[in-house]
Amino acid sequence: MREQLANIRAAALAAFEGAQSRVDLDALRVQYLGKKGELTAVLKQMGKLSAEERPAMGQLANEVRAALENALDTASKKLEEAALEYRLKAEAVDVTIPGKPVTVGHRHPMYIALDEMKEIFIGMGFTVLDGPEVELSELNFDRLNAGEGHPSRDWSDTFYFDRDERVMLRSQTSPMQVRAMDSMPLPIRIIAPGRVYRKDEVDATHSPMFHQVEGMVIDKGVTMADLKGTLNAVIKKMYGEDTQTRFRPHHFPFTEPSCEVDVQCHKCGGAGCPTCKGEGWIELLGAGMIHPHVLEMAGIDPEVYSGWAFGFGLERTAMRRFKIDDLRLIFENDVRFLEQF
Amino acid sequence: MDLSRKWLNEFVTVDVPDREFAEAMTLSGSKVEGTTDLGAEISNVVVGKILSMEKHPNSDHMWVCQVDVGAGEPVQIVTGAWNIHEGDLIPVAKDNSYLPGGVHITRGNLRGVKSKGMLCSLKELNLDERDFPYAVITAAALLNDYHPIDPDKPSIPADVRPGHKIYGPVVAAAVEGVKPAGSGLWTCVLTYTDKDGPTGAVVTTPCQNLHAGDMVAFNTSTAAVCTLADLHAEQREFPHCIPDGIFVLQEDGIAPGDDIKPVINADDRVVEFEITPNRPDCLSVIGLAREAAATFDKPLRLHEPVVRGGAEGSLPELLDVETPAADLVPRYTARMVRNVKIAPSPKWMRERLRAMGVRPINNIVDITNYVMLEYGQPMHAFDYRYVNGGKIIVRRAAEGEELTTLDGQVHTLNHNHLVIADEGRAVGLAGIMGGLNSEIVADTADVVFESACFDGTCIRRGALALGMRTEASAKFEKGLDPLNTLPAVNRACELVEMLGAGEVVDGVIDILNDVPQPTVLKLEPDKINALLGTDVPEEEMVRILRKLDFAVDGGQVTVPSWRGDVRRMADLAEEVARFHGYNNIPVTLMRGQTTQGGYSPAQKLENRLGELCRDCGYDEIITYSFISPTAYDKIGWSRDCAMRNSFKILNPLGEDTSIMRTTTLPSMLEILARNWSYRNKNVKLYELGRVYLPGGERGLANESKVLTLGAYGEGMDFFAFKGAIEAVLKGIRAVDVRFETASADTWGDSVAPYHPGRAAAVFSGSDCLGFIGQIHPNVAKNYGVDGELYCAELSFDELALAQGPDAEYIPLPKYPSVDRDIAVVCDESVTVGTLEETIKKGAKGLLKHVELFDIYRGPGIAPGKKSVAFSLTLRADDRSLTGEEADSDVKSILEALEKDCGAVLR
Repeated sequence: MREQLANIRAAALAAFEGAQSRVDLDALRVQYLGKKGELTAVLKQMGKLSAEERPAMGQLANEVRAALENALDTASKKLEEAALEYRLKAEAVDVTIPGKPVTVGHRHPMYIALDEMKEIFIGMGFTVLDGPEVELSELNFDRLNAGEGHPSRDWSDTFYFDRDERVMLRSQTSPMQVRAMDSMPLPIRIIAPGRVYRKDEVDATHSPMFHQVEGMVIDKGVTMADLKGTLNAVIKKMYGEDTQTRFRPHHFPFTEPSCEVDVQCHKCGGAGCPTCKGEGWIELLGAGMIHPHVLEMAGIDPEVYSGWAFGFGLERTAMRRFKIDDLRLIFENDVRFLEQF
Repeated sequence: MDLSRKWLNEFVTVDVPDREFAEAMTLSGSKVEGTTDLGAEISNVVVGKILSMEKHPNSDHMWVCQVDVGAGEPVQIVTGAWNIHEGDLIPVAKDNSYLPGGVHITRGNLRGVKSKGMLCSLKELNLDERDFPYAVITAAALLNDYHPIDPDKPSIPADVRPGHKIYGPVVAAAVEGVKPAGSGLWTCVLTYTDKDGPTGAVVTTPCQNLHAGDMVAFNTSTAAVCTLADLHAEQREFPHCIPDGIFVLQEDGIAPGDDIKPVINADDRVVEFEITPNRPDCLSVIGLAREAAATFDKPLRLHEPVVRGGAEGSLPELLDVETPAADLVPRYTARMVRNVKIAPSPKWMRERLRAMGVRPINNIVDITNYVMLEYGQPMHAFDYRYVNGGKIIVRRAAEGEELTTLDGQVHTLNHNHLVIADEGRAVGLAGIMGGLNSEIVADTADVVFESACFDGTCIRRGALALGMRTEASAKFEKGLDPLNTLPAVNRACELVEMLGAGEVVDGVIDILNDVPQPTVLKLEPDKINALLGTDVPEEEMVRILRKLDFAVDGGQVTVPSWRGDVRRMADLAEEVARFHGYNNIPVTLMRGQTTQGGYSPAQKLENRLGELCRDCGYDEIITYSFISPTAYDKIGWSRDCAMRNSFKILNPLGEDTSIMRTTTLPSMLEILARNWSYRNKNVKLYELGRVYLPGGERGLANESKVLTLGAYGEGMDFFAFKGAIEAVLKGIRAVDVRFETASADTWGDSVAPYHPGRAAAVFSGSDCLGFIGQIHPNVAKNYGVDGELYCAELSFDELALAQGPDAEYIPLPKYPSVDRDIAVVCDESVTVGTLEETIKKGAKGLLKHVELFDIYRGPGIAPGKKSVAFSLTLRADDRSLTGEEADSDVKSILEALEKDCGAVLR
């Protein structure tokens, strides 16, 4: 019997190990460990053994059963692993096949640039204002020191809705300065982006409708040094920390002193190239200290309060930001263009 | 404003390279746009002297010249020009030289003869006869160059001999020798035979193309060598006798080998400034010199004009001036010059004018231009003999009055124009251009110089109305310094005397209608520093202001008359800042009370709507606010549609951009159509844009915003499009959203652009948010699209109202739900919306969700009917439902469907 058990053990272990499939293994289990299996058959002979032999043989039999079950388990696991491996192999995909398209819409590049700017100013405590485009010439011109006879009031430059030149399409976002001064409590920190209109034929750099961003600060003790500090900080956020700026005198009717702000040409780093027309600098925006008379007209005492303001063209900023070389693309709205951003 | 750096140096010595000059001037407020080196294109061109010349052995018209170019051996150069002679000084482009236009000259071989360079004409140096009047070439008709038009019928025989009679007194004569006679003239020895045998003549001629051995046509009665014109010959008969050739230099003090650039003023550099409109004083050499002197801290050398005068006659007797339009003529100053000799102006003057972009004409006209450039004061000169009655009247033009200006244009004027007139007629458009009827001409003898100050706005409007913005009007329109008229007219008279162009009559006519008192300001260094954020010492401020000719005395600043832009402290602060340096102002961050920035609720909703549209795959567009009035026709609005009432631009760029849109639909359709024409396949767009409706406050517009969506392409149909709209509405938590069939009966023109069977009005509660639908095929066709376009227009204001409250957590279900599917058969006319409403109404409180999952028409269903299947989800919040409870609810739903909609369980 001992011999029988040893034979079964050897044969079964070999058979389990050699099993090629789940089905084979199941058959082997039945063959050796089933109710009518070989081991059971041997155990059935236990009755014939003497009482002294029985415990030792019983123990041996249990050992063999345990060994067989153990081997069966191992073989089973091995087969499972092989099967999984096979399945995983079969399920492999070509990862270079494109994914199923999920279309996401695109923000217009000009508004991407505007959003960035708004975030910067909001972080500095500015409020974003919105105002009318069909505007009173009084606010667009008179209240900004561009009185009767100022060239920008000409019909060749500005769109009018009446012969009296009372109502017009605003030619700048600057009337928002006046609207803010008239309606907001001091101190004021605002930006006002929006559409403006001038009588320019459409070409690569002109459009009768374009966008400006106006900004204004009024408070006690505001200086031109503050203007420089704030605009420098904004420009560095927009164009990078190592951006060099240059402030140079200019003229606007509603600021005094006035300036234009240039940034060092990104193409040549200031050495002079075709992009910057050899100057090494590219004009970015206009700014200045609010003209005392503009404050006076709004009922603000220039002896107590001062302020600064700036304005710049959004199209130009976006075009530089995204290296867009033709303004017409902005308003053409070709999806092949829009979907690049 | 162009500025010659050589001219500038007359007033202030600034010896820095161009780039540095430009940078410094820009930073002190005179923005430099660019610098042009007049000689940039010329290199290796020198003065040469013709030592000898021989006929080219292999050509009938070329010469081989030995030229002294100042260094070493003479250089051999072949030329085709006939106007040169031994001893002439000429410009020589040497081997490996460059001429204007990028022309590269190198050594070469001309018909077998070596040539090491080129002799240059005026044109090749980018000059013309106005620059060098003496270089005008007169060509004789050389009989040895005669090429008959008809070889069978020559007018001059091929074997013509001296003495051959050509016509009348004109005979053929041989040129024996030619010698320069000065002043561009030549002494020429001629021989011919007449009836008495061989004879000869020595004549002086301006013809430059004569050389010993030539044969000319000689007019024995006038003793002149005949030109082509004299012979009534055509150029092609004498192909080489042309009024063109080498530029023969007649300059003093030049020698072979000298660089040509200083000789022709190509060594000057011209700086182009962008002058802001508040600084008309800088539209002059003196004005810019003052800025340059302050910028570089150099002394400014100004010059006081000195006029000798003394011409015959008394000014008050000769000339009378009246200014009835006194409000438009702050000042009128005039002087007179007699016995004028019209001639070209001297070289230095012509060079300066030309460098600044002004064409030299004659001495008197050039003087007016010169003074305008130098002083910034436009001047006009008129011929006194055409000022009838010796009386100048500066008045408004009569309605319909006509005047022909110097450029030959005839203008019909009106009361808004200011004219210079005599007693009978206008002789000039004040401040814009003189009249042709009083133009300075070759025989002008007496001249009136006008140096006036006119009202800027009047001149600007006049020039604009006539479409003739001139150099003068561009200056006047900015408002000139009334105190400048007198020095300018004196300077003109001084130049007349300097040039020997005439005799100046003593005295000045000077009418002062409105000459302002000087502005005096208090110097407040503390306030200036407070505004700038600087710490500039008072002495430095005083130094800067004095440098700019502001008088500073005891804390009082007297503003110079030409600085009308300086009126108060802030203006003085700018002067200080400019020369202290904007870049020396410190950089500080904002101080003071902090403010709370951020977006308003409306701005947040705008941002959210944009995000949602993009999440749905829609791209943002930006369209023009103005449209064509025909757009309303294109979208199918009726003729009398009230929404056509738009803000109309009175001076639009064109019809297409002439009215402010009252609907965004045409803008969207235009962009969809454009993408369609570009064959872009799948297009989904949105814009949050304004419409401009009449009726706003103070006569302005109501500028409402509209969220517009548009789409076409693969998979796009009404429901795909509606899905996006639903997602957007869901995203802003719009409450009680409903879509209703939008019929024309109810909505009129609002839905005219849409397909009548595929348009819906979108509701939130009882408020209509807008419309959505397929664009009417006819409208699509109007935009050139033969496919299905889908659009939606949703009012931003209504969306803001429809926006639901912030989310509030609803507990997740604790008990399982029961699902029941039902399919009912009903008439086609019953909408799914109605069925859904009925289902919700019929349910007894357990229905949590109803979802359409099928609509079926076909076998098994009677014609005119449809089967509609819904999936119902029923659930109680406090217990597990039993099947009976669910069935009872479903039964109630089915009863309601049958009763209200005639829909029966299939």
